[in-house]
Formats: sequence, C-alpha cells, structure tokens
Amino acid sequence: MSGLRLDVGFVDYLILAIYFVTVLGVGFAARRAIKSSADFFLSGRSMPAWVTGLAFISANLGALEIVGMAANGAQYGLMTLHYYWIGAIPAMVFLGIVMMPFYYGSKVRSVPEFLRLRFNRPTHLFNAVSFAVAQVLIAGVNLYALALILQALLGWQLWTSIVVGAVIVLSYIVLGGLSAAIYNEVLQFFVIVAGLLPITIIGLVKVGGIDGLFEKVRQTPLGEAGLHTWADTGGTDNPLGASWIGIVFGLGFVLSFGYWTTNFAEVQRALSAKDMSAARRTPIIGAFPKLLIPAVTVIPGLIALVTVQGLGAPDGDMTYNNAIPLLMRDLLPNGVLGVAVTGLVASFMAGMAANVSGFNTVFTYDIWQTYIRKDRDDAYYVRVGRIATVAGIIVGIGTAFIAAGFDNIMNYIQALFSLFNAPLFATFIVGMFWKRMSAWAGFWSLFLGFLAAFTLYILHLTEVLKFNSDLEQSFWGAGLAFVTAVVVAAIITPFTPRKTDEELRGLVYGSGDALVADRVWWRNPVLLGVIAVVLAFLLYIPVW
Amino acid sequence: MAQRKLARLFDVRRVIGGLFVVYGVIVTLIGFFDDSAELEKAQGVRINLWMGLGMLALGLLMLLWLRLNPPPEPPEEDAEVRPGAPE
Repeated sequence: MSGLRLDVGFVDYLILAIYFVTVLGVGFAARRAIKSSADFFLSGRSMPAWVTGLAFISANLGALEIVGMAANGAQYGLMTLHYYWIGAIPAMVFLGIVMMPFYYGSKVRSVPEFLRLRFNRPTHLFNAVSFAVAQVLIAGVNLYALALILQALLGWQLWTSIVVGAVIVLSYIVLGGLSAAIYNEVLQFFVIVAGLLPITIIGLVKVGGIDGLFEKVRQTPLGEAGLHTWADTGGTDNPLGASWIGIVFGLGFVLSFGYWTTNFAEVQRALSAKDMSAARRTPIIGAFPKLLIPAVTVIPGLIALVTVQGLGAPDGDMTYNNAIPLLMRDLLPNGVLGVAVTGLVASFMAGMAANVSGFNTVFTYDIWQTYIRKDRDDAYYVRVGRIATVAGIIVGIGTAFIAAGFDNIMNYIQALFSLFNAPLFATFIVGMFWKRMSAWAGFWSLFLGFLAAFTLYILHLTEVLKFNSDLEQSFWGAGLAFVTAVVVAAIITPFTPRKTDEELRGLVYGSGDALVADRVWWRNPVLLGVIAVVLAFLLYIPVW
Repeated sequence: MAQRKLARLFDVRRVIGGLFVVYGVIVTLIGFFDDSAELEKAQGVRINLWMGLGMLALGLLMLLWLRLNPPPEPPEEDAEVRPGAPE
C-alpha cells in the first residue's frame, strides 16, 4: 500500500466517471460539425475569444505544469512566481499585440507554414519535423506521468491508466478534431480550478491564513528568502540561484518569448479564433487567469512545505513533486476529493490533447500535404489527420514505456526540445522586422542556433561546463541560441538572394494588409494587454 | 437542418453549465451529510457544501448566459456544396 494512496469512495469515482462521459460526448457532438479539414484542424476558424483564450491557457495548464510549479513553490518559495508574472505575461501580451497580425493575417494554418512562406522549404521541413517528433514524445511523457499519479493515488496499474488515458484523448480528437480539444480544454480549465481551490482554502485555514503561512515559512530552512521575488537577485545568493539579469533576459525574454510566441500547440488555439480581433485577444485573455494560477499552485506548494512532515526527500513518496497529491490526501474529504482527482486527470489530458492536436495538424498540412501527397481532396486530409492522431498516440504510448525505463529522461526530453524554441523565436523576430533577411539565412539561423544550444546542453550533461543549476544552464543555453541565430542571420543575408516584396506581403512588419486591418482592431488588444502587464507589476509589489 | 440544430445544441457554455450543475448538486448533497470525521479532515470547513454551491452557481450562470445570449444561427451553408465532405 502506497503512502500516497487516497481514500477515494464511490462518489469520487462517480465524479470522475461523469467527467469521462462528458469529454467523450463532446467528441461525438463535435464530429457533427466537421465538414472540412479547416473544421478538423482549425475549428473552422469560428471560436469566440473567451473560448480560445481559456483553451490557450488550458493547453499550458498540463499536470506537469501544476505538479511541477507546486514542487517549485515548496522548493524555491515565492521566486516561483517569476514563471508566471515575468516568464509568461509579457510574452503572451506580445504574441497578441505584435505577432498575431502576421500569423492570423497571413492565413497560415501552422507555425511551420509561416516559416515556409517567409523563408524556404528546408527551414519549414526542419521545424515541422522537429515539432512533430517533440509533440509525440511529450505526449508520451504526459501519458506516463498521468499513469504514475493514478498508480500512486488510486492504485491503478500503469498499463490500465496509460490505456484509459490514451483511449479517451484518442477518441475525442479523432472524432471531433480541434473543436473537441478546445471545448474540452475550456471545460478542463474550470474543473482544474474547482479541483485545486479546496486545497488552497483548507490549507490556508489550517496554517492560519496568509500571515500564518508566511510566519511558518520563515521557520523552515527556506526561511525569509522564500518570501521574496526580487529582493536577493543582485547576485545569485537566492533560492533560485539566478540574478535579476538571468531572470529578466533569460526567463522573461528568451525562454518565455520562445515558448509562448512560437509553440504551435499554443498558437493553434489563437488561429482557430473567429476573426483577427478574437485571435489577438486570445493570448491576452489567457494572461488574466495566468496571473492568478499561482494561488492554486505556488501557495499549495508553500502549504505543503510547512504542513507535510519530511517533504523534500530526494526520492520516495515525499519528493517535492508530490506536494499537491500529499495535500489532497491530508486535507480533502470525499466529494471535493473526487473533483480534485478529476482536475488532475483533466489537466494531464489537456496537456496531452494539446500535443496531439498540434502534432496531427503539422503532420497533415506541413509534412504529408506539402511533401508527400499534394492536391488530394479535402476529405482525404481529414482522414490523414485522423490516422495521424491514432498513430501519434500509439507512438506516444510506446514512448511512455521508454520514459518509464529511465528515471530522468522526461526532464531531458523536455529540456532538449526547449532548445528549439529560442532559435525559432530569434529567427521569427528578425524575419518579421528585417525585410531583407534572406530565405537561407532563416534556415541557417534556425539550425545553427539550435546546434549552439544543443552543444552547450551536452557540455552541461557531461559536466565539461559547470552551472549553478539546470535552470541557470537553460537561461544560458537559450541566450546563446538567440544570439547565434541573430548573428548568423546578419552574416548570411548579404551573401544570399533576397525575397521580393510581393513574396513577403503580409509576412513582415510594415507590408501588406496586416497593418490596415490592424488599425481597426488596435484599441482592444493593446488596452487589455497593458492592463495585464500592469497587474503583473502590481502583484509583485507585496512580495518584492 | 438536424445538423444545424445540433450545432446550436453544441455550445461550450451548455457543456460547462451541464457538468457543473451535476457536480454542484452531487457535492452539495454530500456536504449536507458530511460526518464529523470528514469535517475534521477539512479543518472544520464545510468544504463540500461551499464548493458544491459554488459549482452549482457557476453552472447555472453558464446556462443563464447561454439563454440570454444564444449562439448566432450558423450561416446558410449546406454540406452538399462541399464535395468530398465526410458524412
């Protein structure tokens, strides 16, 4: 009997079962609405902004994120807030205000497709293939993590959990495509929050409110330093081991902009919006819940730190990663316990569904339709998308079992593919604002930027170079990739042919119709974006 | 015709509203019958009752929003004009 085992009753299982039935029902209902490949892969570009905005944030709110951020909260204290307020909000607002006009306005169906139009086919193929492989691997990691937690909490066999999780996600995406994924993501958002909120409420009652919590944190080894975000960042003598320069430029700029603005699993949600205004508001609407999510991740992490005896063991049941499951065991009575279990399961499925729906779109449009079978009828590509979904999930199950064999491979895979983000962002941003940047400069920027970050990562793994923490390494890796990509673009461009203005219409800053349409919709996204950034700034003040 | 009716029925607010009304009712009912052991575990907070009522309220709000602001009639567009569409 595992020490994490929850005392689940009939009613908790009933709540979980109702959720599964609802999710599948959404898949069946969405199937009726699919008449074309645009319906399947892009929800027919018909979604209102609040739906795409919540789906945008939910696609990011996978359980790895929730469990991981609670663990960071327990380990590093309030500095974990940087992942939200500086590490997400500015990039989300930037995506909505600056980049979305190019994405949505150029009518591309995916991020790789944008690269094909702006640069050339090699750039496109490199990005499409690496993205597709990464999504399948990460889906497998999500699946394995789901199975691990169901095994610990409910005593399910690994096999059972992996198959149940995979079959449900598979069913609703094969049936309903992106519409089903997005509708379920919006639903998941509410279930996740409803499931986590009781942990924060009961936990705070137990420790005597926020003041009581902070007082108790001061008495832990983490101490006063765990209650500040910026105060000790003049040097690296703080829980996170990072200076303000690393936080602002590494986390806040390169890592976060790379993830939020070029990760197709996220951008796809905005591409499904019904018009340009809704597309631009998608990430900005997502920013508002993102501001408050620490209340159900970082705060429970601190509560676990002060209430769970022995938390922080290097392995076994008492690792930081189990902060949320341990609190569920200690604090939640049957009923809300069922909602919390459902919320965790939902968040795993949200993360996995985002990976799978990103994968099937890129595979079908960017690999199959572009390089293998052109000019078939539309229904053919819907079929390819459905087969790709099944194949992707089966491979995902396979990688889940590979992940099971290695203790830490999940971290490596995640870190490895985050290496793609920083050079991609650099290539994008230079390509969007520097019209002269040539097609081949795009390819070499992307490729050499990745190679630079990858080399640094290998040197870190083999301990040729020493960093204070994995986190510090990732800051430096991202920064190096970014600089490399920019320098390579500047060197190669003068020696290679430029693209004509006609080819670049709507793809680079100051060209085409994108900006004309912009003026009409300018006011709302910018105003909302500024409010989100100001709120992030204000939230920092009490925990300076 | 049946297709269009289904599309109207299939609004995300109806899905969220429906699920949260059901959850709200179940959890509120449990909240009424929580014994002292359950209450002690939850630090004396009637958490099932409050969360149940909260979820019920969210569900009803979603359904109310749907009623006050129903989805627009989908554009007149028949499956037949698009060749090769499934179904």
